[in-house]
Amino acid sequence: MHISFTPADEAFRQEVRQFIADCYPKELKGRSRGEFSTKEDFLAWHKILFKQGWVAPSWPKQYGGTGWTSTQKYIFGEECAAADTPATLPFGLAMVGPVIYTFGNEEQKAEHLPKILSGERWWCQGYSEPGAGSDLASLKTTAVRDGDHYVVNGQKTWTTLAQYADWIFCLVRTNPGAKQQEGISFLLIDMKTPGVSVRPIITMDGAHEINEVFLDNVRVPMKNLIGKENEGWTYAKFLLGHERAGIAGVARSKRGVERLKQLAAAEPNGEGQKLIEDQMYARAITELEVDLLALEYTELRTLANESKGGHGPEASILKIRGTDIQQRLTELTMEAVAYYGNPYRPFAHDKATNEYVPGPDYSHGASQNYFLTRRTSIYGGSNEIQRNIIAKMVLGL
Amino acid sequence: MDFSFTEEQNLLRNSVQKFVQNGYGFDARRAIIKSETGWKRENWATFAELGLLAAPFTEDQGGLGGGPIETMIIMEEFGRGLVVEPFLGTVVLGGGFLRHGANKAQQEKYIPEIIEGKRVLAFAFAEPQGRYNLADLAVTAKKSGAGYTLNGHKAVVIGAPWADTLIVTARTAGGQRDAKGVSVFIVDKKTKGISCRDYPTVDGLRASEITFENVAVGADALIGEADNGLPLVERVVDEGIAALSAEAIGSMKVLNDMTVEYCKTRKQFGVPIGKFQVLQHRMVDMFMNYEQSVSITYMVTLKLNEDAAERRKAASAAKVQIGKAGRFIGQQAVQLHGGMGMTDELAVGHYFKRLTMIDTMFGNVDHHLKRYSEAA
Repeated sequence: MHISFTPADEAFRQEVRQFIADCYPKELKGRSRGEFSTKEDFLAWHKILFKQGWVAPSWPKQYGGTGWTSTQKYIFGEECAAADTPATLPFGLAMVGPVIYTFGNEEQKAEHLPKILSGERWWCQGYSEPGAGSDLASLKTTAVRDGDHYVVNGQKTWTTLAQYADWIFCLVRTNPGAKQQEGISFLLIDMKTPGVSVRPIITMDGAHEINEVFLDNVRVPMKNLIGKENEGWTYAKFLLGHERAGIAGVARSKRGVERLKQLAAAEPNGEGQKLIEDQMYARAITELEVDLLALEYTELRTLANESKGGHGPEASILKIRGTDIQQRLTELTMEAVAYYGNPYRPFAHDKATNEYVPGPDYSHGASQNYFLTRRTSIYGGSNEIQRNIIAKMVLGL
Repeated sequence: MDFSFTEEQNLLRNSVQKFVQNGYGFDARRAIIKSETGWKRENWATFAELGLLAAPFTEDQGGLGGGPIETMIIMEEFGRGLVVEPFLGTVVLGGGFLRHGANKAQQEKYIPEIIEGKRVLAFAFAEPQGRYNLADLAVTAKKSGAGYTLNGHKAVVIGAPWADTLIVTARTAGGQRDAKGVSVFIVDKKTKGISCRDYPTVDGLRASEITFENVAVGADALIGEADNGLPLVERVVDEGIAALSAEAIGSMKVLNDMTVEYCKTRKQFGVPIGKFQVLQHRMVDMFMNYEQSVSITYMVTLKLNEDAAERRKAASAAKVQIGKAGRFIGQQAVQLHGGMGMTDELAVGHYFKRLTMIDTMFGNVDHHLKRYSEAA
């Protein structure tokens, strides 16, 4: 057991740091996802990483992965977060990509994997439905065979960034007679197919990231079925494990704590000092930092296990604690800016109610980030569901 | 001991409830906050008709002679409807300064117009550097002839875009954070040298950054004693805290009711999710948080007219309880509604946002924990 980095690891860290210094465009720096308003904004960093061959560190080398060790992947994540690069979107790289290279056929791999890597094909996730949230297996969207096609009908919801998506991966019911989990299939659908429509959902912070996706007699070629018909639940669960582990965002939160400390060192406390000198506030940051440190080592242990095979139910710990920390980070940021948490920061899609946002730059959107981040304990399987998973799968209750 | 309301108080509650039910449904409110001005003048006229704007003023002043309990009732019902019109700024805070600090001439000039709905007030106290310290004032008022000249920047003045008149705290003597040397002024917003930049807030209100540039006011603009305004400011702010607590319990009740109702009807795994014990216990905790908040709101309301030390403790205790409960109830109401709770379409998020901003107003939980322990 050891946690030290070898000279080779340190050399790798320097290489990554140099690459980011050389290639990360200045105009992207410090811009959060909420400030992106075009597809190009989202994809700029993805494309730079792709050019370097570093866009999919978690993929097997044969499909375009980097072949890095767990330690190298960890270092890469740390360096990206430390430099505030945008996170790559998970829908292709972390979700459907691994499903395709694990369960897809050769034709599907050849068709989709290169386009996921290059960023030329944007994916979204067709899992949740209005009646199927935590109880995902109760989904009702149907796919009925008609010649060499499926005809798909139903509605998906909470579909993140579907407004930009080229393709959607969907869980559909192919055998209505079977027990819930046994009649589900995993289908890839081109969003340009007639019958697919997208309606925006505005979240309480004012953002438009999520959508409803309606599927109305959508004809999907049977070659777009992943694996076997009615075995989609297995692939769905595999994907959820990946999603869960990815949500923890430890490296990003570490950077967040650093930023929070800088902010608290700049913000006056009304007593002629800075907020960081306020004992109660300093204690809250410190507690967060210690919790994060524990989570970091939990993640490292998970990573070490993973190289021995697959995500276990332990990934639920990462999801619960990771999202809890993200929420507390945004909460403390909002608390730090006091009254400047009040002003509304408009989004590009707003009809510009106000261009003017008062207060220091770091206060802009602070409470809106806090509101939006409440979703992290809901999405990817709510934190209640994650606890059920641990209770059942780990504790055997 | 008696926690029951009088018949008049019940009638008052009924009339505010009726207004909220008929004129302030979720869609009606959305239309109001999205409108250009962000509030509805007709509602203000209705408040005048119903006597709400007259509630806390004495009969001599043309008011109804109500007290903290009447204000609590009005604010609680407004909290149920997320009413945005500036009752707090005009009647509770503005009215508070006029009732407790102003001379007879000032009262006669302003109070009748408030009661008739013709004058709206906003309280400009916060400054970019001051955090929650009411005495941390970089805005200055220098003696100039018989009057004063105001200079400086007031931050996040809630309701200022709607206001005709501002109550402004300014430093007339001493160092930037000295308790001594704080004075309170009442100033027409149109006075030369005042400029406002208006913007919407996350909880559906409007606010302004206000700059004072050599704003000349007469001696009659001073409310109360020069240099000795801080005790007055503290008293009015404590009354504001009691009113906000009442608003908060109105909002908490709605969130709790909505959440229980949702969990009874939303089915997953073949049963209403309210059957899951983990969610039941969560809702029980929300309920207990609400009940504790009601208790502390009654407590602070009943202690507003006690001596300053007692009142200060009561207000800080209330703000701590309301801040913690508002956060818990707001967060859990969103959580239990799942994705739906995150949407702008559902009322849940709007109540959550308002409760969050109530926690910030006049100092958050940490600030009042400290203030309480210093007062104890």
